[in-house]
This record gives sequence, C-alpha cells and structure tokens, in this order.
Amino acid sequence: MTPDLALVFTVLMGVAILAYVVLDGYDLGVGMLMPAATEREQDLMVASIGPFWDANETWLALGVGLLLVGFPQAYGIILGALYLPVAVMLIGLMFRGAAYEFRIKAEGWHRELWNWLFWFGSFLASFAQGLMLARYITGFEPGFGYLLFSLLVAGGLCGGYVLLGATWLVMKTEGKLQKKAIGWARWGLMWVALGVALVSLATPAASETVRDKWFDFPRTLPLMLLPAASVVAGIWVWRASGRLKRGGGYAPEWAPFAGAVAIYVLAFLGLAYSLFPYVVMDRLTIWEAAAHPSSLKAVLAVALVVLPFIVAYTAFSYRVFWGKAGSGTG
Amino acid sequence: MDTLDAVALARIQFGLNIAFHILFPTVTIALAWILVYFRVRYARTGDGGWLAIYQLWTKVFALSFAMGVVSGIVMAFQFGTNWPGYMNKVGNIAGPLLAYEILTAFFLEASFLGVMLYGMNRVPGWMHLGATVLVAIGTTISAFWVLALNSWMQTPLGHVVVDGQIVAGDWWQVIFNPSFPYRLVHMMLASGLTASFLVAGLSAWRLLQAAEDVAAKKTLRAGVGIAAVLVPLQILIGDLHGLNTLEHQPAKIAAIEAIWKTEKGVPLVLLAIPNDETHSNDFALEIPKGASLILKHDPDAELKGIDAFAPDTPPVAPVFFAFRVMVGTGVLMLLLSWTGAWRLRRDAPPPRWLLWAYAGFTFSGWVATLAGWLVTEIGRQPWLVSGVLRTQDAAGATSEAALGASLTGYVITYGLMLSAYTVVLTHLAGQGSAPAEPRLAGAAAGTKG
Repeated sequence: MTPDLALVFTVLMGVAILAYVVLDGYDLGVGMLMPAATEREQDLMVASIGPFWDANETWLALGVGLLLVGFPQAYGIILGALYLPVAVMLIGLMFRGAAYEFRIKAEGWHRELWNWLFWFGSFLASFAQGLMLARYITGFEPGFGYLLFSLLVAGGLCGGYVLLGATWLVMKTEGKLQKKAIGWARWGLMWVALGVALVSLATPAASETVRDKWFDFPRTLPLMLLPAASVVAGIWVWRASGRLKRGGGYAPEWAPFAGAVAIYVLAFLGLAYSLFPYVVMDRLTIWEAAAHPSSLKAVLAVALVVLPFIVAYTAFSYRVFWGKAGSGTG
Repeated sequence: MDTLDAVALARIQFGLNIAFHILFPTVTIALAWILVYFRVRYARTGDGGWLAIYQLWTKVFALSFAMGVVSGIVMAFQFGTNWPGYMNKVGNIAGPLLAYEILTAFFLEASFLGVMLYGMNRVPGWMHLGATVLVAIGTTISAFWVLALNSWMQTPLGHVVVDGQIVAGDWWQVIFNPSFPYRLVHMMLASGLTASFLVAGLSAWRLLQAAEDVAAKKTLRAGVGIAAVLVPLQILIGDLHGLNTLEHQPAKIAAIEAIWKTEKGVPLVLLAIPNDETHSNDFALEIPKGASLILKHDPDAELKGIDAFAPDTPPVAPVFFAFRVMVGTGVLMLLLSWTGAWRLRRDAPPPRWLLWAYAGFTFSGWVATLAGWLVTEIGRQPWLVSGVLRTQDAAGATSEAALGASLTGYVITYGLMLSAYTVVLTHLAGQGSAPAEPRLAGAAAGTKG
C-alpha cells in the first residue's frame, strides 16, 4: 500500500498552520495589549516575546509554502479570493516586525510612535487573519450577512490572540503586570467564547456539507465531545486564572496558557473535521488539488528529516529562555 | 489591454517587493559571518572591546534580519497571488525549492537568532558562539536555495514533462543548473561587499564624530580589509559569470553590450543611448573590436546581436544602463577599498576625506546589487523561465483595483520602513559601540531566570 501523499501533506500543513496560530497568536496578542500597559510594563512584555517572534512568524511562511507546494490550485483560489485581507495582514506584520526592532533602539516620542505602530500592526494582522478565516470557512460567499459575520469572527480572533497573549504574560511575568494579565485573559476568554460559538453555529448553517457531517445521528454523539471539551477548557482557563488572581488555592502559572492552547487545538480539530476532505469548501478536495506526486515526495522527504530538528531546537530555545521575563541584566 | 495593465501592475508590485526584500538578505548573509569573526575575536582575546563591537553589530543584524523576515513573508504570498501561472506551470520545481529554504534555513536562523541576541548570559560561551555560527550557516543555506531557483529560471535544466506538467526529472541537475555556481558565488561576494561597505561606512560615520573611538577604528579596518580582498574576486567571478551567460543566454549579453546586429569584430560600446526604434546606438562611444575581444578572446569573432533572437528579445536600454551602473559602482568600490587599505596600513589614522568617502559609500553595495539584479531579470525577458514560460502567461486575474490599492499600501509601508531603517542605522552607528544605556540594555536583555 502506498501512503496517501495528499493526506500526509494535509496533516503536515495543518500542523504548521496550527503551530503558527498558537505561537504567533501569543505574540500578536501581547502586541495588542500594549496600550493597556505602562511604559515599564511594555518593556517587560516586549522582552517576553523577543527571543521567539521571528521563529513564530516563520510557521506562517511554512504553512503558506506547503499550501503552495502541495495544493497549488487551491492556493490560487484561496489567496486570489483573499487578496486584500492578505495584503492588509502582510502590511500589519511588516509594521509590527519593524516596530519591534525600532522601538528597542528609539527614545522619547520616537519610542511612543513605534509602540503605537507595534500595537497597530499587531491588531491589523490579527484582524485581517480573522477576516481570512471567516471568508475561508464560508466558501468566500459574498453578501452583507457574510460581511457582518466576518467582522465578528475577526473580533473573536483578536480576542483569542489577546487570550493567548495574556495567558503567556501570566506565565512569563510576575507582580502587578501578572495581575493585570489575568484580567486581560478573562476578558479575552469572553471574546473567544463568542467567536468559537459563532463559527460553530454559522458553518453548519452556511454549508449543507458541514451540517450533514455534524448532525448525522448517531455520529453526532461522539462528535459532541469536541465542543464539550472546548467548554471544559474554557472553564479551566477561567477557574485557573481566578485562583491565580485571588492567590488562594493552588493553580500553576502555566495552567491558563495551556487551557488557551487546548481551546485552539480543539477549535482547529473541529474546523478540520468540518472541511475535510475539502481544501476549498465544497469545491475542491485535497486529492483534486494535490500537486504532482513527485513534488509532494520531494518536499515530504526533506520535511520529515528536518522537522524533528526544528522541533528540537525550538524546544531548546524555549528552555534557554524559560522563566520570568525581566528587564534586569538578563 | 486590461490584462496588459494588470500584468504591468503585478510586475511593478512584485518587482518592488523583491527589490525591497533583497536589500536585507544582501546585508545579513555576509554580516552574519562578519559577526562570527567579531565573536571569535572576543572568544580568543577576552577583550571587552570586541564584545561591545559584536553587540553593536548584532543590533544592526537583528534590525536587517527582521526587515528581511517580514518582507520575505510577503514574497511567500506574492509568488502565488501575482504569478499563479508561474506556480501552475513550474510549481513542481519552484515549490519544493522554496519549501526547502523555509525548512532548512528560516527556522534555523530565526531560532538561533533569539539565543544569539538575548541568550549571552543564559548559555555557556561556546554555545553562544555556536548559535552565531548557526545563524550564519542558516543565511547561507537560504541564499543557496533562492539562487538555485533563480538560476534554474535563467538556465533551466533537469526538468521533464509528465502528464502535461513540468516536474523535476533530476533534482541534482535542477539545483546545479549551468548558471547556478557562478550566480551563487557572485551573490555571496555581492553580499560580502554590501556588508563590508556598510560596516566600513557606518564606522567612518562614527569616526567623523568621535575620531578617537577605538572600536570604530577596528571595524573600519575590518570593513576596508574585507572589501579590498573581495572586490577583485568579484570582478573575476563577474567575468566568468558573463562568459557563462554568453553561452546560455546570448540574448542577455547582446542587450548588455547593446549589440543590435550579428557581426564580426564587434566594438565594445562604453556609453551610448540604445535606440529601440532604429535598432542602433545614438551617441555611441566605442572601442573597435572590443566586445569580440572580451567575450570571445578574438578581435574578429562573430557575436550574435539582438536581431538574431527576434521576436523574443529583452529591452536593451534598461539592461545596458543597469549593467553600467553595476560595473561603475564596482570600479569605484575597487578604487575606494584599495586606497583605504593603503592609507590605513600600519594603523595610520584615516584622513577625513577618506572617512567622508566611506560614509558616502555606506549603501553602495545596495546600488550595485540592485543594478545587477535588474540586468539579470530584465535581461531574461520576455521569459520568466527561459524558453519555458513567458512573463505575460504567468500573471493572475487579480483586478487592477485590488492590485493598485495594495501596491499603494506597499509603497507607503516600504518607504517608511526604509527611511526608518537608514535613520536608525546611522543613529546607532553615530552612538558607537559603548555599553548601551541601562534602559536600552534592559529592553534588549530578554528574560531572566
């Protein structure tokens, strides 16, 4: 039996996209929280993502690269339909990347300006990604209702990144900033709940395919574990952050972040299940869109060798910078 | 006509983005190795001066690298959005090469850059040195894959047609296609020159403000020394690269030399205004039989002119002028680096005029690199992939409005970023490599345990 190359490739691409959303999600979230912090706190927040953000963003390049290599036809349809939000996202990412580097080197009002651009770029990129997600899962349908839906999902995704960013800060900071971050996390969690609920209701409403997949008795019963688990993860984040806030009772500082990541993983699995085997909703399956086997093989061979190394040195980097972010001597 | 305009817009947008992007890798590929040199000097001597130098230039590197990352991600998207025909036709070749770059280089660079920038007090010295070396290896691997793809587009080899699709028959031939070795070395040297002139130029700028800055003197000498060695090498490699181009892409050479008609004993056109209407050169300043002599090593040899390749001919004037800008900049770089090496021998204090000259040439590598890039890319027209795919067949169906709007956004963004980059670089260099202020050091220090 030969392995199903298109399927293997889909899994690989999914992992890259999920890794991107979670990893860049927290640093975009930290960027969006900048205005809510004092100048000294801003320095700490930025320091907490400093060693990681370049590598986090690389997962986006990998995800897009794999889509391009593995499913060129789908890539054309998707990125053609999302041309403007993609351009907005890219401009946002450029601003924040540049602003990150410039703000460290600037002083006075220059620094204020870069701080503002860092926030603005983070927000622009996150919001655009939300629009892309919404447009993608509704099959790029035009219309006012879809536009409204897109805006809400974009807000939800921003909230989701804020949740990741805030729980990251809970883990990486201490004292007053940590307390603040707990508040931000709970606020973000409400947005996430709204966003996830919206997407979960709208996708089956918009697509018959999705409806049939989820509400086909008795398959529905085990499937309901997914939303149930998401709710549990949400409650876990809420309670863990509550305990950390009060200081009474024991909750590890990584608990809210782990819960937030769990929400993302579950939501991602749910979406993947809704879409599969389509790479473009109701139009193109992964097998129809797959590139020539020779190029799939060429990329897979290298990816399977290299990915363990990437994971290893990413883990190494997180280990080196384990612990609280500090603005001290390092 | 509509589609033609969209093609033009797509080309402008993509060209602009590539031109913007290429500036930063051109700096970082070689600067990464220069940093390894500074880091090794520190490890060997334990001299805090070298450490301060390393830290200053690491900041310059981090800034350039971040600009390269963000503009590079734009490229990953624009390959598909602006050139869907490209991916449809040769995606099975281009895709894997780009994926290899991401997998083998991008993650390596980005992950170890974190350790390099913020990890000095968190890992042992040898590990920090190792991280510096790995970042440099990463930038070089990245250049390897990009140039493999670019060279394949110039001189494609090793591909076969299966079920109507172009796929790799022999990856070895695809990667090591005829122009690849020359182009890779040419680009690596270009990066070396860009980085060394950047280091020398910014150090000179510092010395103009603080003549006694010991660290800036060291880095000026390092920059000048590296440039003085690399410029002649680049001239040699450039010549070999040209002969390789004559063999595989004679139309490009005809455009570079503004040779319109196939003749024997062709003169070398030094300066002229190529006239696309009359297919001849106006106001030409020529050396009789020079082109035949240089290209074929025989004054009476026959050279093919543009007309021999009609109708698939590149536009002559832009290629002709860009080539002269590149070579002209190169000659000035040669003069400047050798003069500098001579004047700076035995620790002599540099005269002010020389410092001004270096400060003025801080970004000269960019000029030469962009000019060279224009020569090679425009010289390949009307092909996107020589003999395989025409540029006009690769453009997409994106509306002019969307292209125009996003182009405007990109132009504004690039303009802002580029001016901020040059201002911050000059500012950083102006401060010199004294220990950073506590507040700045704090923001840069990363995390503590």
